Amino acid sequence: MRNEFINSLCIAAKTNEKIVLVVGDLGYSVVEPFAEEFPDRFINSGIAEQNMMGLAAGLASEGYHVFVYSIANFPTFRCAEQIRNDVDYHKLDVTIVTVGGGVAYGNLGYSHHAVQDLALMRTMPNMRIFTPTDAEEVAGCMAYLVKNPQPSYLRLGKAGEAVKNKSGFYPIPGKLNELKVGNVNKAIIFIGRLNELAFNLGSEPAFKNFSICSLPCWSMQDKQVFANELKRYNEVLVIEDHFKDAGLCSWVQEVKSEYLLDFKASYYGLGFDSIRQVASEATLMQKGGLCVKNITTNYLRGIDSFA
Amino acid sequence: MTSQKLAALIRVKSLEMVYRARASHIGSALSIADILAVLYGEVMNFPAMDPEADTRDRFILSKGHACVANYAALGAIGTLNEEELKTYGEDFSPLMNHISHKVSGVEFSTGSLGHGLPFGVGKALSAQLSKQSWRTFVLVGDGEMQEGSNWEALMFAAHHNLNNLCLIIDYNNLQSLTTVEDTLSLMSLDDKVRAFGWEVRVVDGHDHRQLHKALLERSEGPLCVICKTVKGKGVSFMENQVSWHYSPPNTEQLESAIEEILNAK
Repeated sequence: MRNEFINSLCIAAKTNEKIVLVVGDLGYSVVEPFAEEFPDRFINSGIAEQNMMGLAAGLASEGYHVFVYSIANFPTFRCAEQIRNDVDYHKLDVTIVTVGGGVAYGNLGYSHHAVQDLALMRTMPNMRIFTPTDAEEVAGCMAYLVKNPQPSYLRLGKAGEAVKNKSGFYPIPGKLNELKVGNVNKAIIFIGRLNELAFNLGSEPAFKNFSICSLPCWSMQDKQVFANELKRYNEVLVIEDHFKDAGLCSWVQEVKSEYLLDFKASYYGLGFDSIRQVASEATLMQKGGLCVKNITTNYLRGIDSFA
Repeated sequence: MTSQKLAALIRVKSLEMVYRARASHIGSALSIADILAVLYGEVMNFPAMDPEADTRDRFILSKGHACVANYAALGAIGTLNEEELKTYGEDFSPLMNHISHKVSGVEFSTGSLGHGLPFGVGKALSAQLSKQSWRTFVLVGDGEMQEGSNWEALMFAAHHNLNNLCLIIDYNNLQSLTTVEDTLSLMSLDDKVRAFGWEVRVVDGHDHRQLHKALLERSEGPLCVICKTVKGKGVSFMENQVSWHYSPPNTEQLESAIEEILNAK
């Protein structure tokens, strides 16, 4: 995903001179193509995230579309107030790009795990959240962002995600991207790099014939659109590599409640066991309950939470 | 209008606004009245009737609580009219009690301290990138220099040689509860900023001639003008009193304050 991000950014920057990339001293072996092709518009702001986000807002206030790139918690929590006051309140064209969504940086530990980032970003009223699942969705989200610059959060995994989309994807905020069409008015809804988990779940008898849908673009502004999407289904299973509290699961529950939607819903996010120890991403996902066996077992028992 | 007259007008209008709105922070506003008068009256290229002109110099009030002085300055030069100033602090007025970018002539909303300089760094960087000659001025409070974000921005500005950026520090040595020295001392602030790679000029922040020279003369790298000021300056009973960080004047105090300002030599 991150390679597709930088590839899309380089292509866009060739014709759009207002695109700037600011990195917080991260991006080794990822950002070099941009840095080499557009040295004037590549800024390594050093290990100083508050200034990084503030200056990104300042650049954007003069007409630049600023992409700020770092590992998940650094350009979010470390500079949360700059995002809130400077970027979001002023409605400036800053796209915050993070790598390592969820526990992608498994063994690096809790400091590098992005399991609350969506909670933070989705409380910003002008912020659009992009959670692509594969390189094709990254390309589509980037095309959308370049065409519609705005306060935005692009959450990437790392590398090696399975590709489930055909080329030519383009997001519509609040709309599901149905990657597998079911026939029982039921859907598995997921974000980010969880597509393999979603498809593996879809092979289980319990979820046979469920549609499988990613949600590449959503925000506080898109609840109405998403509510209309949900009306197609009489049951949904929601999975996310983020704490269930205040992330996508909570967002879906809010939409369901606010728009008085009546369908069966089950919610599976990362349980707290995922942060009580340090291990590889695959192990932490299992510990946190995000695996076929746990989800299927608990679903059949009617249990939502793994915390 | 002379800068002295502009400063007096800023003080009077500021007092009237906080009096009407029963608002705080008059001491902070009076502290920067001379700085603003010299900036808007003599130093900045700021077309009052075209406040969004591409070539304008950018001014950012990072100590956003002193906003009445900035609104008053914009009123005195004609960007804002008297009716707009009178709405200060009223429900739904764009003139909120911290500086607001929704007001004509204002670049950036602040209120939480330590935001203005990084934002100004971004503006200065954009001018450097696009080869524009306008300057960016950021006015911060002395207590505000306790915020780490400012020191991040200082490093960045020096590293990128942002010689179009001017940081103005309103050094009145009073913050929320007591003096800066007793709260969290800045010690030798000028040496510190100099050590970060900036050119530093220390001036009397109420001496217009000194301000004019220090703010107008360009520097090789980023420029910091430390202004030694008096909180509440110009109204003797408000000077150097923490209480005027909070209280608005009553009618008698307002009249007395205005009289003192208008009669000052």
